[in-house]
Amino acid sequence: MTQDMQEIRRLVARGKQWDKVFVIIGLICLMIGVLTLAVLLAGLVQDGAGRLNWDFFTSFPSRRAENAGILSAIVGSSLVMLLTAIAAIPLGVAAGVYLEEYARRNWVTEIIEINVNNLAGVPSIIYGLLALGLFVYALDFGQSILSAGLTLALLILPIIIVATREAIRAIPSSIREGAYALGATRWQMVRDHIIPYSTGGILTGVIIGLARAIGETAPIITIGALTFIAFLPEAPISTQFPFVFFEWLKSPFTVMPIQMFNWMSRPQAAFQENAAAAGVILVVMTLVMNGAAIWLRLRYRKRIKW
Amino acid sequence: MTPNSAAPAAAVTNPGNRFAHRPLRHVSERLIEGVLFLAAFSAVAVTVAIVFILVAESAAFFEHVPLIDFLTDTQWTIMFSEKHYGVAPLLAGTLVTTTVGLLLAVPVGTITAIYLSEFAGPRTREIVKPVLELLAGIPTVVFGYFALVMVTPALQYFMPDLPGFNMLGPGLVIGIMIIPYISSVAEDAMRAVPLHMREGSYAMGATRLQTALRVVVPAATSGIVAAYILGISRAIGETMVVAVAAGQQPNFTWDPREPGATITAFIVQVALGDLPHGSIEYQSIFAVGLVLVLMTLFFNVLGHLARKRYREAY
Repeated sequence: MTQDMQEIRRLVARGKQWDKVFVIIGLICLMIGVLTLAVLLAGLVQDGAGRLNWDFFTSFPSRRAENAGILSAIVGSSLVMLLTAIAAIPLGVAAGVYLEEYARRNWVTEIIEINVNNLAGVPSIIYGLLALGLFVYALDFGQSILSAGLTLALLILPIIIVATREAIRAIPSSIREGAYALGATRWQMVRDHIIPYSTGGILTGVIIGLARAIGETAPIITIGALTFIAFLPEAPISTQFPFVFFEWLKSPFTVMPIQMFNWMSRPQAAFQENAAAAGVILVVMTLVMNGAAIWLRLRYRKRIKW
Repeated sequence: MTPNSAAPAAAVTNPGNRFAHRPLRHVSERLIEGVLFLAAFSAVAVTVAIVFILVAESAAFFEHVPLIDFLTDTQWTIMFSEKHYGVAPLLAGTLVTTTVGLLLAVPVGTITAIYLSEFAGPRTREIVKPVLELLAGIPTVVFGYFALVMVTPALQYFMPDLPGFNMLGPGLVIGIMIIPYISSVAEDAMRAVPLHMREGSYAMGATRLQTALRVVVPAATSGIVAAYILGISRAIGETMVVAVAAGQQPNFTWDPREPGATITAFIVQVALGDLPHGSIEYQSIFAVGLVLVLMTLFFNVLGHLARKRYREAY
């Protein structure tokens, strides 16, 4: 009997040693991701630090690497993001609200849901081909900020729809029943309760979506964005009547990732340095945006107690 | 009566009866539902538009190029004067970079998921998961720089014959990029396995690793397969890393050490040039785009079948 016990103990002890081996393997695998992030950042900063000065932000691209800057790329990225947000947020939130609060369980709803899931898996360059055929040529928007903003809006639409739905699903049904009991219509209930209470979750999804859009290169290249832009589009707002202008929508443009790609594909070392500097700024922008989204999510999760 | 109710006019003309039926309110509710439905239906419209544009332009392409050449020719020289239209080199490039990426990402992603779900304490999880999320958020063009300027030179240290443009470096970088996708979906699947199954296993004297590998992983297979499929879709559709670091030469080879071009890299290469609307080059990117969509679709259907096959309900 005691011999059996010893046998079992030995077996368990041997098994536990494999546990330790696996913990080491697991930690190594974890570190691959974490270390890559660290090496990538350190390498970019090391290569690009020499160019990260104020002139780099306020200069146009140039044939001389040391004079080149990212002014037109930053302005282009900002305007494209503005349009993407204007187009994608209302559409995505409306679609999410419909699917959670209005949709009946029938085949139409099922088709919509399958499509949202599938669109999330479509490679981004395919959105570029869609935009090239639809926005650039069929609708004749040209290779403009309008085409790019709408393309990226379609690309991040599934992200915003899914985030909206998850945020709404977390709201307990007692809230809805309370509103109905006071005589609210469905839309009053949605407007006064569902949308305000899900704002945190929706905002998280919007930030993650925009962070994805700001780094997207392939679809913008596919619609044929120019890379050498030494001018700025018309300003969207001004102090002169009628204060809001739309000329910028039709303007040719460049964006941060395309500027970086352009510098990267040149053989001279000086341009590689510019590419690294642009990469640092691009990475910082996406890290800040994604970090803000993670922080927001934790904050709302802690604060809301139904 | 709320001040911004849908039909204040009805209440004003009839102040005595505040709860009377208000027909305008009914109409505006219907209108709002219609608008919201249209927003949701836009997802279907986008899919239809993608399919329509790809098929229409591909049809124009295949009027000039016989389908049999497209499938059997082993050269893709659309940018040269003597044109060959064989998609095989682009397919080979796509499969080579995807395979290299998966060889790295599947084991590392799976082990990461098992570790985070079954071994790590809550504090480790709270630190590592956001870092992996941040890694997944880095723009792909930056990963392209990483592949070209850091990974390939590092590989050349071990393999001095490796050319500056090759498929191995970008493939490995694609692998690193998709680790977070695989690990997070696989981990969610493992954490969804009910606790009592682990407790049953421990009660039988199993260690943590035995429980993880023989109870949790089999029970979570359908979710883990879904994670792999997501990773494959990402790897096939990845564009910028390959466009930057693999050399953009359609090269019919299965050797990852050689330069090559993927479907996505070819689309970028053509789009960077001056692209006359309606030319054969213009049509060709839609034809190879259609191939890309069909490949993604194939893996998604495969994943759907696998999930159904391994679905476990508790």
